[in-house]
Amino acid sequence: MDKMSQLLKLLEKTDYIEINEFRMDFEELELQLMPAVQKVVQQAVTKQAAVQETMKKMEAIEFTPPIKDYPGEVAQVQLGAGSRKPVYLGGQQALYRFEEPQPNPPVVTFDVFDIPMPGLPRPIREHFADVMEHPGDWAKKAVKDFGANMVTIHLIGTGPKVMDKTPRQAAEDIEEVLQAVDVPLVVGGSGDPKKDPIILEAAAAAAEDERCLLASANLDLDYKKVAKAAVDYNHAVLSWAITDINMQKTLNKYLMKEGLTQKDIVMDPTTCALGYGIEFSIDVITRTRLAALKGDKDLQMPMSSGTTNAWGSREAWMKNDAWGPTDYRGPIWEIITGLTMMLCGVDIFMMLHPLSVQLLSEIGSTFTKEYLTTDSPDISNWITELE
Amino acid sequence: MQVTAMDIYRLLPQTNCEDCDAPACGEASCMAFATKLSEKESQLGLCTELSEESFTKLEALLAPAVREITIGTDDKAITIGGDEVLYRYELTYYNPTALVIDIADNLDDAEFAERVKNIEETEFERIGEMLTLDAIALRNASGDAVKFAETASKLKNAKLPLILCSFDPVAMKAALEKVGNERPLIYAVNEANMDEMAALALEYDCPISIFSPNDLEKMKQISRTLREKGVQDIVLDPGTFVGEGIGDSLDDFVMIRRLAVEERDDDFRFPILGIPALTWIHEKDEVQGGIKEATIAATLMNKYADVLILHGTNIWELIPVLTLRQGIYTDPRKPQAVDPGVYEFGEVGKDSPVLMTTNFALTFYTVEGDIKGKTTAYLLVLDTEGRAVDVSLAGGQLNAEAVADLIKETGIEDKVDTRTLIIPGLSAPASGEIEDESGWEVLVGPRDSSGVPGFLEDLKGKS
Repeated sequence: MDKMSQLLKLLEKTDYIEINEFRMDFEELELQLMPAVQKVVQQAVTKQAAVQETMKKMEAIEFTPPIKDYPGEVAQVQLGAGSRKPVYLGGQQALYRFEEPQPNPPVVTFDVFDIPMPGLPRPIREHFADVMEHPGDWAKKAVKDFGANMVTIHLIGTGPKVMDKTPRQAAEDIEEVLQAVDVPLVVGGSGDPKKDPIILEAAAAAAEDERCLLASANLDLDYKKVAKAAVDYNHAVLSWAITDINMQKTLNKYLMKEGLTQKDIVMDPTTCALGYGIEFSIDVITRTRLAALKGDKDLQMPMSSGTTNAWGSREAWMKNDAWGPTDYRGPIWEIITGLTMMLCGVDIFMMLHPLSVQLLSEIGSTFTKEYLTTDSPDISNWITELE
Repeated sequence: MQVTAMDIYRLLPQTNCEDCDAPACGEASCMAFATKLSEKESQLGLCTELSEESFTKLEALLAPAVREITIGTDDKAITIGGDEVLYRYELTYYNPTALVIDIADNLDDAEFAERVKNIEETEFERIGEMLTLDAIALRNASGDAVKFAETASKLKNAKLPLILCSFDPVAMKAALEKVGNERPLIYAVNEANMDEMAALALEYDCPISIFSPNDLEKMKQISRTLREKGVQDIVLDPGTFVGEGIGDSLDDFVMIRRLAVEERDDDFRFPILGIPALTWIHEKDEVQGGIKEATIAATLMNKYADVLILHGTNIWELIPVLTLRQGIYTDPRKPQAVDPGVYEFGEVGKDSPVLMTTNFALTFYTVEGDIKGKTTAYLLVLDTEGRAVDVSLAGGQLNAEAVADLIKETGIEDKVDTRTLIIPGLSAPASGEIEDESGWEVLVGPRDSSGVPGFLEDLKGKS
């Protein structure tokens, strides 16, 4: 290409040539330029002037982030005391991080069972097959290998139709797990409304002053007994209602009448899994968190999600070649279920798969950072960089 | 803020079309029409009594907080935006997030054809609905304008609308010369190419996206400038930062939507675009990448993304994203229930088995999908006010008396000679009471209805 064609090519693609700096050159050139080029140069000059004017106008437009004031705040609940490293939930005074970063990152508590649980999906079992006989080893693996912030020990074996373990045996299982790890515990029953309060009471006594979360109190069982066990032995209580904000308020009120305070209660508004009514949970959890920030004292507690429910979804576990391997579907189902709840305001997640826990924790940890304080990669050339 | 029926009523003629038996709007009164309009269940154009001035005022009043934008034409068109609220429980979210897959303009012919076919044929059936992808994003990966235009022409025959991705106005112009009449989304305008890109959007009457990563001030400035030039259909891309930066992206998305809905800031009243595909710039492992990309997609979809450009096409990655979209975009105002009663599957006869489930739509369609064409049975559907089996059992809608009534009301006793009812596995605790109340023998079926055909086979073997 000769010089002229090069210049033409250059001008044709350029908006921003610094005409001023090159004026001398252009004047010299001008004498030899073809009329067409002169036109291009003139156009470029006019364009440049227009662009400058646009820029000036643009700079006059300022952006103010849409930040709100909230009259209420979520109570901060401490889990773990005594020989446990404490974990804190809640404490939010705003809805989003650009308004005010969350004081505490979301917490993941790993599900551990007091019996080997043959029914667990294969992608989970394969990670824990070697430790399922001993809840202590299971808990240790969850914490050491998979970075769990907490452990939930489900005393499934106490179920009258399972192994009908006695309160004494339940207490022994709790002691085993307490010895094995130094993270806080959630203690869950078998789901039997008659026996759970008795089991939780025995577990609470065995873990006195360790500040566990007793799971759970609901309106279908003797919640007074659960509340009393928490007050007597210094624990917190999971207040569980089924996707019903009024039921949740009522239960919280009842629990507070029994001597618990906002700082002793974590709510479980029920997590319906992805594809199985997750939208109901989205609505209830969103409304609950908004109510708390607006000042409703009966709902100003942190929230928990039984994210493990995701594994009940057939897309998570059912073998079906047209859907791809369950090895991948299962974890994604759990992550998206938990993540969706997290974005609505949930603070603590009961989960099963190591990869789900890792990804959820990664996103959750960004919530405590200030807006635009993370080094972000340059993505301005993504159109060509993506392979 | 959402417009109330009263705000609308004030501007309506308030004549209630007294002299007319059949008002054009089809409502009994102007107030009823106003209510329908506020809930977006009727059209302003139906009213024949409006003055031009009132029409203009009402049109502005009724314009959704987020502008509705169409990409593509005719049967190859999708609509995005249109939302009015920040939380779906307040009204509903309109126009499900468009899921778009990228395609590079430098693939060889066979790869290209294969990928297009893959995008077009991806489908997943869930509770009576076929879930599919919505558009193709052609990337000017070659950096070559001619190549970009040639590849765009190849997509003329594709079944889905297009997004043209290039920051180079020369390449964009070349592509628009080929497919500009099909109303592709122009992606994207930035500070450097603003004037040329805006001119192209106006010349070809195409929607255009602003790319302003992590800079909402610049976004606002570009948006204002475009609007002043007369561009109306704008899409906003504040950048998608995967990894640690996702916190910033979430903030950007939320701020944009809050400004649109709560502050009615005209520079931000547009749909938002996210690009989970960016996951793949740093992640090369197909499984890790797929799981991460789906995670980013779910994050942004939960917080207001109207368009998402994805790169992965593995079905296991797309199923959860499609499912999340289906859930978020159901209308909370409509009960998710089907009619209770008796449903027949296959050539039923006097000795066909009788199954029972609840009228929660999710439950019903799941069961239907599992037994249709696979087995022959009667299905009794109990009115649980649209609650699932376990929830209605806990809440008391599923109880022995209700089941006994259902058996009577459906007349199933005249249709079959048998007196055996198969109930869902999750309702096992009620089995005894149902037997007592109905006088039928009760069998507890599988916990998941996918096991029903096998369960019925086993029963046949036993009898």
